[in-house]
Amino acid sequence: MRILAAMSGGVDSAVAAARLVDAGHDVVGVHLALSKNPEAYRSGARGCCSLEDSHDARRAADALGIPFYVWDFAERFAEDVLADFVNEYASGRTPNPCLRCNEKIKFAAVLERGRALGFDAVATGHYARLEPSPAGVSLHRSAEPAKDQSYVLGVLDADQLRHSLFPLGADTAKAAVRAEAAARGLTLASKPDSHDICFIPTGDTAGFLSARLGRRPDDIVDERGEVLGAHDGTHRFTVGQRHGLHLSVPAGDGRPRYVLGVDPVRNTVTVGPKQSLAVRVIEGIRPTWTEQPVSGAWRGLVQVRAHGDAMPATIEVAAGRVRIELDEPAYGIAPGQAAVSYDGDRVVGSATISSTGA
Amino acid sequence: MTGSTYLDHAASSPVLPEAAAAMAAELGRPGNPSSLHAAGRAARRALEEARESLAADLGARPAEVVFTSGGTEANNLALLGARAEGRGEVAVSAIEHPSVAAVRQRLAEVAVLPVHETGHLDLDRATGLLGRRTGLVSVMWVNNETGAVQPVAAVAERAHAVGALAHSDAVQAFGRLPVGFARSGLDLLSVSAHKLGGPVGIGALVVRRGVTVVPTGFGGGQEARLRSGTVPVALAAGFAAAARVACGRLEAEARRLSALRDRLIAGALATIPDTRANTAEPCSPAIVNLTFAGVRADDVLLLLDAAGFDASTGSACTAGVHQPSEVLLAMGRTSHAASASLRFSFGPDTTTGAIDALLGLLPGIVERARSAS
Repeated sequence: MRILAAMSGGVDSAVAAARLVDAGHDVVGVHLALSKNPEAYRSGARGCCSLEDSHDARRAADALGIPFYVWDFAERFAEDVLADFVNEYASGRTPNPCLRCNEKIKFAAVLERGRALGFDAVATGHYARLEPSPAGVSLHRSAEPAKDQSYVLGVLDADQLRHSLFPLGADTAKAAVRAEAAARGLTLASKPDSHDICFIPTGDTAGFLSARLGRRPDDIVDERGEVLGAHDGTHRFTVGQRHGLHLSVPAGDGRPRYVLGVDPVRNTVTVGPKQSLAVRVIEGIRPTWTEQPVSGAWRGLVQVRAHGDAMPATIEVAAGRVRIELDEPAYGIAPGQAAVSYDGDRVVGSATISSTGA
Repeated sequence: MTGSTYLDHAASSPVLPEAAAAMAAELGRPGNPSSLHAAGRAARRALEEARESLAADLGARPAEVVFTSGGTEANNLALLGARAEGRGEVAVSAIEHPSVAAVRQRLAEVAVLPVHETGHLDLDRATGLLGRRTGLVSVMWVNNETGAVQPVAAVAERAHAVGALAHSDAVQAFGRLPVGFARSGLDLLSVSAHKLGGPVGIGALVVRRGVTVVPTGFGGGQEARLRSGTVPVALAAGFAAAARVACGRLEAEARRLSALRDRLIAGALATIPDTRANTAEPCSPAIVNLTFAGVRADDVLLLLDAAGFDASTGSACTAGVHQPSEVLLAMGRTSHAASASLRFSFGPDTTTGAIDALLGLLPGIVERARSAS
């Protein structure tokens, strides 16, 4: 196969590309330039897309003896991921930009360009497994739950997955992948993992949003509407948040209070006790399916954040909307997050959470 | 099969065997050409022989040839160091190489001289921009992206008419077109070794006798106190040997490559719809620039690379990402067109067979690249 290996400059994508080369495929490495003003150096474990990352990716491609190019997707990224991220927060929701990037950039814009240029598939270093299925392929959790990244791939549809490869899917441990990189003589074997949102290398999401959305001070209220404090802008808050509230009125019961809701129209942040955060019912929109579209009701597992638990639930699809009823209440689920549904370790599909209920 | 057909000689041309042999001979012996002992004298002698040989091929006097690390340093030195007395403004064309264009930002007074849509200097409008403040006029001899040959003798004349000095970046001209420094009327000329089959790392600024250039780097005062640093004798010998070969067969090669250039342009225009040639007469025999409307140039490069052809966009690259060509923008092309253009540049190893093979592949590659954008 002719394979386009997306190489971030990290260990995982380099080893993924190396395995495809070993398997005899015709592999071309491509590094995505997503920032219009790339930093010269990466700072510790944070972020990506620095010039140093692109250099590291290039050196890995050199070591593998494959062609290497940098593809400029900064404009698409700014429109489809950055602007969406800011707009979602401005609308009181909590987006996941990694999912969005996978859905709109890596497995859409990049895959389309690659297929048009004659490539059969895009490969990445994600930890997830693809297995043959009647519909083409099915997407499964990786062998090692701690590294599993199937959640951020849960937005991909059958056509995208048929043209994707995740060569690290069967791996059990990151340490083994690092050891393999070292054994292959890849100089990036000891690079730290990236954790944070790549375009916020400082990790200061609230600061990033304030710089773009400004200060819009108003009240923090309780469930009855009593004013308990002040905020600088609703975009600095997300459902389930406990820290940074700076309430001037202590809670009557002395227990911690959490953000229960963010209303950018009324410009208020509502706080309350933990039990008010409990969610049993999740409504989702924009469903996507990894294989055939699913309808009706079924029993499965639902995960609402990248490293969250898989929660048993009854999932029902009707008229393009998804209704999820959790067996046990869950806490801190925010509109805007993706609810990814599983059948055992197989990813069924995803939906964007539009509202929650007790 | 990457690299089997190299069509990027304007970026760097392979070292000629004669140049490699000359360098090997010099690398084998000790001696700093500034030293007074026997080894130093031998090195000095080799250096001066290289300078004399090069001067003969440039149509200049040996004392006018100042070795630099390459074309970029020569251009920087001219732009920063040479002015008619008492005048601060520098006038440069809108299509200069970055080693001239980027220096503009370091200068207080700059006039930018426009070009026609063919890529040639608009001499009338340019002349109108020169005046009593103009201290230096710099117009390249051959544009590195389109191959357009500029009217440098006329530029020198117009510059002198207002009392300014005239400089030309002849990096893409030397070895491909007759470059007679004395005859040109220019005061300053930049050349580079590796574009004509010499080694990377050496070039020269030719400075007309009597023209004062202020140094921009400081040290031991080598090269007539203009360019400090130990002169690399082996590189100078390689430069001179390559220039001797290139200039010796210049006319025959110019005829041969011009035919290939015209064959590629005509073939591309005939077989690929919506194609425009950005190379117009008078032009270098060795450069072809084509716009394939609706492609990303990078995609065409990737597909050509996979098919074994090394080509280029010819324009600057930021972190591996090609930017729209400033040269084509200055010629009035849209940003889309400037991002959809490729340069093919020829050298001694370029054959009719290679051009025909390229012409056989290009229509399909362009069609595929168009579907990807």
